[in-house]
Amino acid sequence: MAPEAPAKASAVRPRVEAPRPLTRFVRWDVIVTALLIVVFLGGAFGTSDFATSDNLSFALDDLSEIALIALPMTLLVVAAEVDLSVASILGLCSALFGALWDAGWAIQMIIPFILVVGVVAGLINGLLVTRLGLPSLAVTIGTMTLYRGLAYVVLGTKAVAEFPQNYADLATKTVPGTPIPYPFALFILLAIVTAIVLHATGLGRSLFAIGAQEEAAFFAGIRVKRIKLLLFVVSGLVSAFAGAVYTLRYGSARADNGLGLELAVIASVLLGGVDFDGGKGTLGGVIAGVLLIGLLRNLLMLRDVATEIQSIVTGLLLIVSVLTPRIAALVRQARRHPRGATPSASS
Amino acid sequence: MAAITADTGGRRFVDTVLRARELSILAALIVLVAVTTAVNSSFLSTQGVKDIFLNASILALLAVGQTMVVVTRNIDLSVGSVVGLVAFASGKFVAGHDRNVLLVLVVGMLIGAVCGLVNGVLVSFFKVPALVVTLGTLYVIQGLDYYWAHGQQINAADVPASLLDLGNGSVLGIPYLPLITVVVMVAVGYYLRAYPSGREFYAIGSNPDAARLAGIAIRKRILTAYVVSGVLAGLAGVLWLARFGTVVADAAHGWELKVVSAVVVGGVAIVGGLGSVYGAALGALLLTTIGSVLVVLKVNSFWQDAIAGALLLLAISVDRLLALRVTRALRKRNARHGA
Amino acid sequence: MSESPPILALKDVCKAFGAVRALQDVSLELWGGEIHALAGENGAGKSTLVKTLAGVHRPDEGQVLLDGRPVEFHGPGDAQQAGVAVIYQEPTLFPDLSVAENIFMGRQPRSKFGRIDRGALRAETAKLFERLGVALDPDRPARGLSIADQQIVEIAKAISRDARVLIMDEPTAALSGNEVARLFTVARTLQDQGCALLFISHRLEEIFDLCQRVTTLRDGRYISTELLDGLTADDLVQRMVGRELDTLYPKQETTIGAPVLKVSRLTREGVFTDVSFEVRSGEIVALAGLVGAGRSEVARAIFGIDRYDAGSVEVGTVELSGGSPTTAMSAGLALVPEDRRQQGLVMEGSIERNIGLTQLRSLRRGPVISRKVERDRAADWAIRLQLKYGRLSDVVGVLSGGNQQKVVLAKWLSTEPSVLIIDEPTRGIDVGTKSEVHRLLSELAGQGLAVLMISSDLPEVLGMADRVLVMHEGRLTAEIPRDEATEETVMAAATGQTRQEDVSGRASSGQRSAGSEATEVTKEDGALGAREPRSRQRAQGGRA
Ligand SMILES: Nc1ncnc2c1ncn2[C@@H]1O[C@H](COP(=O)(O)OP(=O)(O)OP(=O)(O)O)[C@@H](O)[C@H]1O
Ligand SMILES: [Mg+2]
Repeated sequence: MAPEAPAKASAVRPRVEAPRPLTRFVRWDVIVTALLIVVFLGGAFGTSDFATSDNLSFALDDLSEIALIALPMTLLVVAAEVDLSVASILGLCSALFGALWDAGWAIQMIIPFILVVGVVAGLINGLLVTRLGLPSLAVTIGTMTLYRGLAYVVLGTKAVAEFPQNYADLATKTVPGTPIPYPFALFILLAIVTAIVLHATGLGRSLFAIGAQEEAAFFAGIRVKRIKLLLFVVSGLVSAFAGAVYTLRYGSARADNGLGLELAVIASVLLGGVDFDGGKGTLGGVIAGVLLIGLLRNLLMLRDVATEIQSIVTGLLLIVSVLTPRIAALVRQARRHPRGATPSASS
Repeated sequence: MAAITADTGGRRFVDTVLRARELSILAALIVLVAVTTAVNSSFLSTQGVKDIFLNASILALLAVGQTMVVVTRNIDLSVGSVVGLVAFASGKFVAGHDRNVLLVLVVGMLIGAVCGLVNGVLVSFFKVPALVVTLGTLYVIQGLDYYWAHGQQINAADVPASLLDLGNGSVLGIPYLPLITVVVMVAVGYYLRAYPSGREFYAIGSNPDAARLAGIAIRKRILTAYVVSGVLAGLAGVLWLARFGTVVADAAHGWELKVVSAVVVGGVAIVGGLGSVYGAALGALLLTTIGSVLVVLKVNSFWQDAIAGALLLLAISVDRLLALRVTRALRKRNARHGA
Repeated sequence: MSESPPILALKDVCKAFGAVRALQDVSLELWGGEIHALAGENGAGKSTLVKTLAGVHRPDEGQVLLDGRPVEFHGPGDAQQAGVAVIYQEPTLFPDLSVAENIFMGRQPRSKFGRIDRGALRAETAKLFERLGVALDPDRPARGLSIADQQIVEIAKAISRDARVLIMDEPTAALSGNEVARLFTVARTLQDQGCALLFISHRLEEIFDLCQRVTTLRDGRYISTELLDGLTADDLVQRMVGRELDTLYPKQETTIGAPVLKVSRLTREGVFTDVSFEVRSGEIVALAGLVGAGRSEVARAIFGIDRYDAGSVEVGTVELSGGSPTTAMSAGLALVPEDRRQQGLVMEGSIERNIGLTQLRSLRRGPVISRKVERDRAADWAIRLQLKYGRLSDVVGVLSGGNQQKVVLAKWLSTEPSVLIIDEPTRGIDVGTKSEVHRLLSELAGQGLAVLMISSDLPEVLGMADRVLVMHEGRLTAEIPRDEATEETVMAAATGQTRQEDVSGRASSGQRSAGSEATEVTKEDGALGAREPRSRQRAQGGRA
């Protein structure tokens, strides 16, 4: 059925991909990447201890848990959900790690066990969200308290230490020949996988559609509930693994390990330009966001800046990163409509 | 479809059930109290009840402010750190001086108002996502607070008696704190329900695009919501000082999520447009009561958090299941009455 | 009329969105006491013009004139202050608020101390609904209203403003005959009171029925303004499209094959009851009925959006398990849903991604999606359906209403289904495209596709369908073969006055009010249909 309506064919505008220089580059994730480079260069030239491989590998190692958990969190936020219980799952698994080690379990038994616990924890979140249709913010605030509470039930306020050196090494030593610690190397690997899933597969397309318009996604035959459930399970699994990394890295299992980490993770994801309302974001942005926060903290620490100031800087960074594209857009609009801007319908 | 078949009786029923969102929290509260009293009769002693209300007041106050923001499809995560900052700042302000209580309250609320104004301007004029901005201001305010405090603390001995009296005294046997909260709650609740401008907060949260087309002053309303939330957080900060006397910088640390959960348990839709301050305040009361119940029942302190979390989940799940049941029942009802 | 200036006018207005020039040097004058029609194809710029008059957009060049004097509307509020009321093309309701609050937002009746007078609010809303002849409860929340009911609320909102200028952007697209008739009555009353009205519709007969003057736009450019008296529908189409149009409803003769979709005794309690029918390959079956008869709900249940309580759905030889669109799709079903903004499209997604969303699996090359395949496929369909767009990577949200509908069609047709369920296929689509869509449906049927078409547009139903199924109050009340289908038979069944055509003798018993109400309405509106017999027929549509 060849289209035969020459009169209207002219109305179809040519599909020229005209370059849009400014708008292209005042994108959120690009800004964050630029900031990252600035911070890195500033650090390298301004602070002598910064660009050493020892320091960088320390900084990266310090980021491991946040970076790892940020991956599934990105997928969740793109699908317009959130998991606030990640830090509590981390804490619960860390506590279990200690308790089981105390009870004489072998590490190679403990790790699979806590991974299963993580899956179950994620499954509970996911089922409450998908089966009952509850908002994930509410559900995971609840499970955040629950899992953290269970961590205290498991271990109380004591700390378990003295884990075998070879495992501790795995969590802190670098991949031979590089300044990259093993946990962070694993993060790089997982980040590549996640990036492909999010940006190049049908699952990724589905996630964006779910986040932007869940009903339309459902009508298009996407298995919305199943996908969401999967995301929560993965989030639980990764958080549990991060719990093991945390425990081994600090050599200490405590119930309050990773307290408040969920906000740091969410901060990095948002800093990376993922829209909390779902449907928008790139994994590249998130990686830049994670690194930016991590390097900045490291830099401030090297310069003996008080931790309080670090918190202020993190906060300002978040605000600036969202404010810049908005201001750029406003300036652009003002330039185009000197008499006053027409608010575009899509904003 | 529903419009065609649903008869008036059915809709009345829906109305009742919708209003029952608050009722169901109340019911949960009553069950909880009844069971606990049955196990330990001292729970309902005057002192016990007073304690619960005292403890719930500050959370409820914050929940009222948060409701205004959430209803417009925004969120204010900075409230916890504002409380911390104001508690410490007003501690500094009164330490060693005999300041007038009213003056302290005004100063506290002013600080809160400034914080709210910053959030509000960023969200309403620059249209940046509320969650990111208020997470940012959470960190900034907290950082400022800690930096200033630098490990110091305010001691009850430095706080004037008149202020401490505000936190712990009472009139006609009713403590001031819950009194203040109730007055604020009723005022805000009445405004949101009965005034045209109050309804606009709901309209904005319900459909921002439509609100723009309807000519609603969106920026002004959102700004107002944040300023109110900030002022109430400031008030809560002063009350915190008045109640506890001894204050370290991280007062109310992590309360932002507690407030949000109170609001959510209270039936305020996190996506805006729906819910009331009464529900939110009841949510705060329920959360506080759960905490007290676990203490009264002498639950192992390690178990308390876990149980509180489980109960929170139970509350929202049961509420949701009930709502689903009712919708289904209504549809079947229509089957008999309608077609 | 000529002594005083027009109440509201546009003079040489230009408006561009990035590279898209939506309006170029367009002028328009709205006079008191006159109903002015605005005609043009999808994307011609009608809604942009409306939004310019409403203060939503500001013209890049040119002026808005109020009573002959230039004004600048800084926002919708300003235009409202100036007495301009607008019914936008897409409903703009607050789902969580009550219908009454929606209508009077910002203008609620007040009592002492500026409080809202809820009693008066309810009473005034009820009065409005009475005037429009609909039975909506003022207290129910707007959430869950059908598109038609949403449109009604929008109409009520606009007329409640007692405005001097009433602008209506496709208010009738979702309505059936009765509501349209009521709306026209109200519009004529306003006209008699000296208001200026602007009316947009893709149903030409409505334009001829209601309006006195028409302005035509094509591709954002002003074509003409003229009196409708003496103009024929063909003239109008000629101006809109710039060429002669081929026949509407190009029904092809097809060989009808074996049944592909078998629906038996399908029931969802409270929504529809005991619905059984078959659709054979190569056949177009129309599902007619009044708004709210449960047609869309049947479609949703068949496709697995909603669960059903009893009955079964078979596609080919596969019996669907129900409740899963995914399995329905793999069995060969496709559903073009009723509400394109919520259900049909991801509004912030690009054109190509929206089209590709239904076939993520077949876009894969290895484990990853091939952008090239995705884009090529989207481009193919865009050309085939003559989509008007800038880039395939543009978000669909900025397309005009009709072009959005085409994207939805492309999205589903590209799944190559064996059964296509299509809910209001041409809602908001212009005459030219409408005949393209019809030709497409005919052709697809010719190639063996089974089509189940839900439509409120009677001429479309009669022109396209091999068989007409009619629903009334959740039940199938008639099955009418093509040669017996007339406006009379279909409307009779739709309003519950079923005669011999009744399907397998399931006489619908519970039609209390609907039938009598409809007759009553017809009597009342008897005068209005004088010019166009079709719209009088339409007026019989009673609201149950
Ligand atoms: N906010 C916007 N941003 C970018 N382009 C837009 C925007 N609004 C409209 N357009 C474009 O302007 C053109 C005119 O659109 P408009 O909605 O006015 O058409 P219309 O005549 O109302 O069509 P329809 O009959 O389909 O409703 C279209 O090409 C559309 O894509
Ligand atoms: Mg339009």
